Amino acid sequence: MTPSSIEQRIAAIYRNESRRALATLIRLLHGNFDLAEDALQDAFMAALSQWPHDGIPRNPRAWLISTGRFKAIDRVRKNARLEKYLNGLAHTSDIGPESQPWENDEAIEDDQLRLIFTCCHPSLAIESRLALTLREVCGLTTEAIAAAFLVPVPTLAQRIVRAKNKIRDAGIPYEVPAPEALSERLDAVVPVVYLVFNEGYSASGGTEVIRRDLSAEAIRLGRLLHELLPNPEVAGLLALMLLHDARRGGRTNANGDLIPLEEQNRTLWNRAQIREGCDLVVQALRSGPPSAYTLQAAIAAIHAEAPTAEETDWAEITGLYDLLLRINPSPVTALNRAAALAMRDGPEAGLQAIDKLMNHKELQRYHLLHAARADLFRRLNQFQEAIQCYQQALDLAQQEPERRFLQQRLTALQNKNS
Amino acid sequence: MMKYLCLVYYDEKEIQQLSQQEWDRLNRDCMDCVDDFTQGGHFLDGAPLLSTDAATTLRVRDNKALITDGPFAETKEQLAGFYMLEARDINEAIRLAEKIPPARYGCVEIRPVRELMEQGNSR
Repeated sequence: MTPSSIEQRIAAIYRNESRRALATLIRLLHGNFDLAEDALQDAFMAALSQWPHDGIPRNPRAWLISTGRFKAIDRVRKNARLEKYLNGLAHTSDIGPESQPWENDEAIEDDQLRLIFTCCHPSLAIESRLALTLREVCGLTTEAIAAAFLVPVPTLAQRIVRAKNKIRDAGIPYEVPAPEALSERLDAVVPVVYLVFNEGYSASGGTEVIRRDLSAEAIRLGRLLHELLPNPEVAGLLALMLLHDARRGGRTNANGDLIPLEEQNRTLWNRAQIREGCDLVVQALRSGPPSAYTLQAAIAAIHAEAPTAEETDWAEITGLYDLLLRINPSPVTALNRAAALAMRDGPEAGLQAIDKLMNHKELQRYHLLHAARADLFRRLNQFQEAIQCYQQALDLAQQEPERRFLQQRLTALQNKNS
Repeated sequence: MMKYLCLVYYDEKEIQQLSQQEWDRLNRDCMDCVDDFTQGGHFLDGAPLLSTDAATTLRVRDNKALITDGPFAETKEQLAGFYMLEARDINEAIRLAEKIPPARYGCVEIRPVRELMEQGNSR
């Protein structure tokens, strides 16, 4: 094998196996994150020097975990501060190779869950959970996470260090919660996964590549949680992410400009992913009262299955928003319901519904409220009012692709009006 | 095993609204809770506190004692008592603290305890 091809294979093994190996190493090293990260680095350094001569082992992940563990024991022996970990580690090193727990795929999956639940422990602040999950579970670099969340790199690095210190000092155990605590603890995990997804799906910061990675990682986490802990809320979350992500191909043009739903080329949507999402929605709806994620996924499913915007079942969508408002009475949900109502009963009904929301403080400065009003005035051919609302929306919008979209609409109307 | 100090806070004004009967029942619940913690081998120490009306705050500055009435901060909830518990980890500590009766009214802050050392003290 040529040196470059073996290096490429090692790089591929790093991509596929490093997070799983880390999750297991953290367990074998008694929850010590930093020691496990160093051990994983040491193991890959050893692989880079040994595998070109000896060949790639039959089970590279087991080799990496076993090597990393021995490297960590070496480090502990050389470092007096880490010595208190030594007794336990020396003891486990007696286990023979035939009973090595890291050969077992089931144990490895459990370790991934342990890592997710530890990084998303409710005693960590949500920003810390998010940063730690992206760093430790998804393996993103600190720089990439900082770029995605528009935070300076030192701030984010410090957030991760503090979170790891809290895991150690507060005694957050490396375990999947007991069944009776599971639903409460899932409540701390699910929003983290959804925030990761949303950050990748919306356009607030970072390059397109980083954002696509974030969405893919969120879906991977969602699948992992769903496989290991089948639960209607997790099914709803996974469905929602799959259905939104399925439309990614039609959402922007070659210049990265946003295309509104009704103008998207629906043949560019990922049909297989839509099918998977719809099946999950049905599954979640059958297992009891729907969660907010399941209802949003059901709405996304109706959009995804409609052949055109006009042929969308807007009555069904409006009804689902009514249910969603009952569970989660937020003004933004009420605004979305008003937009659906406009499609069901006409722009005037939509405008009336939006007018009732105008006294919500948090909506007054929300650019999408003004954009929604503008769109309805445009459909009623009331161009003067539409221009005024687009201008208000533009004054409030922060994200570049959204600003470009609003500016285009505004310019088109100004040309029509003059 | 780790030691966790569970600090119990509630709004004294809200507790003042309880009838004598309700207040006595809450106190009996606390006695039962201490019994359960003791039987489970988790209870190290604990005490309920009189209200902040009875509190005195002391500061030592330039070797001089400055004494004021009550707790300094005007917070909504006041310290009402503490439980020093022994638990395997934070998850066990949380499951124990959930049983502290006044948690139904105010909140319980769970703090890991550190040890004083000659040097290299953690912060």
